[in-house]
Amino acid sequence: MKVTTLEPILREHPFFAGLPDTGLTLITGCAKNVRFEAGAALAREGDPAEHFYLIREGRVSLELPAPHGGTVKIQTIDAGEVVGWSWLMPPYQWQFDISAVTPVRALEMDGTCLRGKCDADPRLGYELMKRFSRVMVERLASTRLQLLDLYGVQHPASSPTS
Amino acid sequence: MSASLPNTMPGLPAAPLVPEPWQVAARREETADTFTLTLQPTGEAEPMRFQPGQFNMLYAFGTGESAISISGDPSEGSSGLIHTVRRVGYVTSALARLSPGDMVGVRGPFGSAWPMEDARGRDLIFMAGGIGLAPLRPAIYHALNHRADYGRIIILTGARTPEDALYLAEQETWREQDGVEGHLTVDRAETPWTHNVGVVTTLVPKACFDPANAVAMICGPEIMMRYSAMELRKSGLTDNRIYVTMERNMKCAVAFCGHCQLGPEFICKDGPVYRFDRIRFWFSQREF
Amino acid sequence: MKLPQSALLERASFDTLLDALRRRGFKVVGPVIQDEAIVYDTVTASADLPVGWTDEQDGGHYRLKRRKDEALFGYAVGPHSWKKYLHPANLKLWDATRDAGAALRFEEGDTEKPPKLAFLGVRSCELRAIAIQDKVFMGSAFTDEHYRKRRERIFTIAVNCGTAGGTCFCVSMKTGPKVTGDVAFDLALTELLEESGHYFLITAGSEAGAEILKELPTRPATPEDLATADAVVDRTAQNMGREMPAEGLPKVLLENLEHPRWDDVAERCLSCANCTMACPTCFCTTVEDTTDLTGDHAERWRRWDSCFTLDFTYMHGGSVQQSARSRYRQWMTHKLATWHEQFGSSGCVGCGRCITWCPVGIDLTEEAAAICTVENSNTATNISEPASRDPSP
Ligand SMILES: Cc1cc2nc3c(=O)[nH]c(=O)nc-3n(C[C@H](O)[C@H](O)[C@H](O)COP(=O)(O)OP(=O)(O)OC[C@H]3O[C@@H](n4cnc5c(N)ncnc54)[C@H](O)[C@@H]3O)c2cc1C
Ligand code: SF4
Ligand code: SF4
Repeated sequence: MKVTTLEPILREHPFFAGLPDTGLTLITGCAKNVRFEAGAALAREGDPAEHFYLIREGRVSLELPAPHGGTVKIQTIDAGEVVGWSWLMPPYQWQFDISAVTPVRALEMDGTCLRGKCDADPRLGYELMKRFSRVMVERLASTRLQLLDLYGVQHPASSPTS
Repeated sequence: MSASLPNTMPGLPAAPLVPEPWQVAARREETADTFTLTLQPTGEAEPMRFQPGQFNMLYAFGTGESAISISGDPSEGSSGLIHTVRRVGYVTSALARLSPGDMVGVRGPFGSAWPMEDARGRDLIFMAGGIGLAPLRPAIYHALNHRADYGRIIILTGARTPEDALYLAEQETWREQDGVEGHLTVDRAETPWTHNVGVVTTLVPKACFDPANAVAMICGPEIMMRYSAMELRKSGLTDNRIYVTMERNMKCAVAFCGHCQLGPEFICKDGPVYRFDRIRFWFSQREF
Repeated sequence: MKLPQSALLERASFDTLLDALRRRGFKVVGPVIQDEAIVYDTVTASADLPVGWTDEQDGGHYRLKRRKDEALFGYAVGPHSWKKYLHPANLKLWDATRDAGAALRFEEGDTEKPPKLAFLGVRSCELRAIAIQDKVFMGSAFTDEHYRKRRERIFTIAVNCGTAGGTCFCVSMKTGPKVTGDVAFDLALTELLEESGHYFLITAGSEAGAEILKELPTRPATPEDLATADAVVDRTAQNMGREMPAEGLPKVLLENLEHPRWDDVAERCLSCANCTMACPTCFCTTVEDTTDLTGDHAERWRRWDSCFTLDFTYMHGGSVQQSARSRYRQWMTHKLATWHEQFGSSGCVGCGRCITWCPVGIDLTEEAAAICTVENSNTATNISEPASRDPSP
């Protein structure tokens, strides 16, 4: 059976923008449409990371256990963005909780399936790697800014130039 | 006597260094360390006319003075002179002890204004970090009061936690207005929070504006403004359409004391609001 | 305005000038010797002046020496400058009183009429320094009335320099040693110590100056007298103790904000602020708020301040200029570079005070030259070693 219904959705998602048709067709086979209610868990820290999500609608958050109970939201991810890269690298385990802040519609991409396709087609693999690297670098940069405590007591002498 | 003294401009206060007594009419807690004072003139004094972005020197009796931006509505007839203050040290703590009926000294208004005229007909992007929303609020009021003069209005604000977010309820009412897009983010949230979590720069790609016809006004710590300007540039804004506001130690606010200099700029007189391309060189020098 | 060109006044009649000023209600202030230095204070007679003295100056070095003659103005500038009269080091800005009903009242301080002062012996570089502070305090949107009211009541008797100090470099700053017509003064003197006698060539620079000149027992100056006077200043010009790299300096400095020389000077600079206190153009101030014991009366005082202090750039969380390097750099780039953009001229008039009074002898001409030569010799011209010293007269 050909999953013709999901290919246009994948094509529309900013994360896959400009990916050649052949590649898209290949990865469509790894995609699945999913919905989450607000508050639902998309992933749990420590669980095997078997997929990632392309958010189509709504907002999810990355969470960590707070030092004194409860959880801390450390980042939110909105429609048009992608979340999850633990599936890329061993030990293939989630490092954060991911929860739906609002009702969420997303595409769940099967990581094992995708890793297989990438191994078989290194050009596709490289293309996907580039896209993931970009997202990772951007997230890392904004996490660094968060570490700076941007709105706290700040003065220019201590700020890095770049 | 020595001939030809330079002329001076008429119409400015003869004694710009002497405060006027104003009375605290209302006080409101904004966050754990931030509060808003509404001041009324005493005696015969007129209400203060000011432009969005300007500041006053507020004197707490016996303690000292601080530069505080005006955070209220600049339109004529709006009631009271409003300042939002974050308690960080001596003077701001003394201001924090004021309650209705108490008096403060006020000198001002001083400094340059947000470019509300030049921005007419364009999309407006307001970007604020922390207490930085206070100096921007008069510009937001002006834009909302003159809705037809501007294109889209985008308000992007960042705070450390939901508890630190300024004017939260008011931000909600802004977002509800036609043609206003608002995004709010915090660095981390422990309480239920449906807005964004992440640094304020991540809000830029979410906003819908025409980079070829938009003006951005940024207010926050220097580092926040630097990264925000970088992000706006990535989305197509040029530096001559980005405005920032600068902060330095200030004693006199009329360019006599020298403290607020940043390279050739006297921030009190030439600033605090600057077009980014005009200040970029000094903005990126360390220890100036 | 028709001013008498020039006239000659005998040394023996010099006090008639002081009398004429006093008759007009001026208190005369000028150079006097105090604590082994020539400073500015009240002058009641020419005998109060440092008659027959000169000063030996070099980086971190100042010493009074006898001259072989009885010159009244045979020295360069000392640690004081006229700014102490026009821009007082301590000034009450206002009083505040809190009544029983918590009402607050402010009363402006320093409201008295300042005395009419006659500045005797103002050098060309000092006239320029006053003109620079005029711009600072009266040249922008705001006028400092405290400065203005003092400034308006002064009478200036300038002196063309007959001796170059060891740290002087007005020639390379184009600020001296000759008093020229493009800067305000009332009278200008050139001291002539010729075999034919000790006398002064006096030129009027204003109506008020011309009137006083008319009253003095002078005789007309001949073209030869004028030539002699010019020769005196020319000789001074040729004996400058120092030289500042001239062309393109602002640009070179701003292009070299990370130059290693800043680290080098930072290791020597003590951040003592002497240079800024002595400098005739430095204008920065801070304020001090005080309350009395009852707590119902407060005052605000304005005091000279210096960009060399750590507090100067304090903002909550710390100072912007933490390192000595950044503070020296702030001072020098302000004086020599950004001042141009702010006030249309250099902030340095080449008087040499900051060099002489620096306890470790930091020399801004040398620092400027170092920044110009090490990496950017192509951007600045007129770079040279400091000229040889003026042999003491
Ligand atoms: C143009 C301008 C607008 C400002 N607007 C606001 C505002 O709307 N709301 C607000 O809460 N704060 C504002 N600030 C910052 C505010 O002036 C300082 O937080 C305040 O001066 C701190 O004084 P303090 O005595 O409480 O702190 P202390 O740490 O005790 O400071 C002592 C002295 O240092 C100086 N100083 C310390 N921090 C600063 C600073 N950040 N900027 C300038 N001088 C400082 C002041 O002279 C102060 O009196 C503004 C600053 C400027 C320059
Ligand atoms: S910087 Fe030094 S040489 Fe220049 S005017 Fe000031 S004291 Fe004189
Ligand atoms: S340069 Fe000299 S006089 Fe100036 S602060 Fe440094 S040590 Fe003191």
